[in-house]
Amino acid sequence: MGEPLALEASGLTKVYGHGHTEVVAMRDATMRVRRGEVVALLGPSGAGKSTFLLCVGLINPPTRGSVAIGGRLIQDGPDSLGDLRRFRREHIGFVFQKSNLIPFLSAVENVQVVGELVGKAPSVARRRAMELLGELGVGARSLNMPTQLSGGEQQRVTVARALANQPSLILADEPTAALDSVRGRQVMQLFRDVSHTHGTAVIVVTHDHRALDVFDTIYEMEDGVLTQTTHASVLGQRSAG
Amino acid sequence: MNLAIRDIRRNSGRFALTTIGIGMLLMVVLGMGGIYRGLVDDALVVTRGVGADVWVVQRDTRGPFAEISRLPRSVVDRVATVPGIHGAKEFVFHTIQREHRGKPLRMGVLGLGWPIDKGEGLPLVAGRPLAQNHFEMIADESLGLALGEKLRLAKDTYTVVGLTRWLVASGGDGIACFTSRDAQAIQFDEPGESIRLERRARRARADAIDFGRTQPRVLERAAGTSRDIAALPGPAISAVIAGLAPGVDPANVQRIMGGWGDVTVYTATQQEELLLKGSVDRARRQILLFRVLLTIISAVIMALIIYTLTLDKLHPIALLKLIGAPNRTIMGLILQQSLIMGALAYGVGYLIGMRLFPLFPRRVLVTNDDLLRVAGIVLLISVVASLLGIWKAMRVAPNEAIG
Repeated sequence: MGEPLALEASGLTKVYGHGHTEVVAMRDATMRVRRGEVVALLGPSGAGKSTFLLCVGLINPPTRGSVAIGGRLIQDGPDSLGDLRRFRREHIGFVFQKSNLIPFLSAVENVQVVGELVGKAPSVARRRAMELLGELGVGARSLNMPTQLSGGEQQRVTVARALANQPSLILADEPTAALDSVRGRQVMQLFRDVSHTHGTAVIVVTHDHRALDVFDTIYEMEDGVLTQTTHASVLGQRSAG
Repeated sequence: MNLAIRDIRRNSGRFALTTIGIGMLLMVVLGMGGIYRGLVDDALVVTRGVGADVWVVQRDTRGPFAEISRLPRSVVDRVATVPGIHGAKEFVFHTIQREHRGKPLRMGVLGLGWPIDKGEGLPLVAGRPLAQNHFEMIADESLGLALGEKLRLAKDTYTVVGLTRWLVASGGDGIACFTSRDAQAIQFDEPGESIRLERRARRARADAIDFGRTQPRVLERAAGTSRDIAALPGPAISAVIAGLAPGVDPANVQRIMGGWGDVTVYTATQQEELLLKGSVDRARRQILLFRVLLTIISAVIMALIIYTLTLDKLHPIALLKLIGAPNRTIMGLILQQSLIMGALAYGVGYLIGMRLFPLFPRRVLVTNDDLLRVAGIVLLISVVASLLGIWKAMRVAPNEAIG
């Protein structure tokens, strides 16, 4: 038996509303991601990408289907809100379009707080936070508040926060949307580096086709339907368009 | 890591101003209690100060503090003969208002039973007790009189020989102590013209009856001084106060004197109850209502502030939920902020109050019990105030942090 998959999402369907107001945001989505694999999820706005991330991120439960993270089937397992939240803080890291740092915490505290939430001693959590910030090149800015950091620096702190508890899965929703192309590519490269260094699976929702070469696997989503594709196919569509 | 303190640090200016505002409200809550305690203490200072076990007052009256009570001086001797009574003495009390240094001077006039009582038991802060039967007074410092200062009252001039602190009547007027003779002279002072008219009227009345015409001495005395007319009473006193010998049951003494047709007898406790239920009770209830209102207002303001602070950080709260923070972390964040605000506001209220209260015209007496009680109330309203914010925070979904 091989190593368990970092993520195994099977037949995920999400329906909002009911009756004549019913909207199917995602239908029968299936995705398998290995540890250390970097996955891009492409698709136009409203295609259902964020819905997919919310479901596999255990924030919004799917109407149908199952999610297994690190070999643990979540839908059949811990079902209370508290249990899901605990599982989330121990196994999943999040990075979003806006840096989403807690505004009243400094850079290092933003990372440290995640460690403390899983019960690490403050000194241990802080040391780990400093290591990660140093590793991601923002160690010198660790005491700055989020408003004192540039967009790229904020995203690096967010990535450090996502890595703080050594999760098996990082979910990133358009993390480069607020960055210029150079910084955007740096962040994408960062995901690849941390994925390979820490063995973390990363799923990145992106519109940015310029950095697709950093991804191991590419998925596309349109009208709630998820399909796996290739670099060539995506680039071909783009040039045809 | 304490998230509450870190959030406060970010909003320190607004938090500090709010805390000062709430602190001042709490100071008023504390002060209201202090004003009530001061009222009660002021009302009881005289009754407790004279140390009487029994108060004998005019029949069917509530005593000199509630209404006018007049007794002939002879009641003192009668009371003294009752078994178990120890040290009966006259008590004279009334309020006057005179002009002094161009300003109105209102004072309670307390007659001391000279020579038994010279004022040794008064809370003297300067000077000495009375040393002579006439023309000396002990004044409360709230009257603004200095030691050695002379004050013209009725037809005599009195010298301030002693000063007391917080010896005031239930209405807040400072009390001046005289011998009871002097106190009566001040109370019953009549202008010369009034006395002359009264003598002429008496002479006219005596002239109009056979007895007056047949007894020349009667006519002669009718036109003379009041004290020479045996049928006319001397100046009245307000009450007779007396102590009880050790082991004597006040109820027994009360029963004996209760049979007399011209007096009503109260124990010291009854006299205090009458005083509190009469003049102080309405003020007490009014202050209590104000206190309750202010406490509710403080709680509402705190709740709104905590709620507003929570609204300001709904996004960070959603983010905390998203990264897996348990509800108790988020509830703790809001509750701790509320408690910190309450504790700091209490400290601010206490510190400002302790500096302001002594400047008030009437005594504000804040006891340790009151401090503890208000601290308990602050703790309670801090918890209650946080509930609205917690309720709002619990309704925030983690996905609100996205997008």
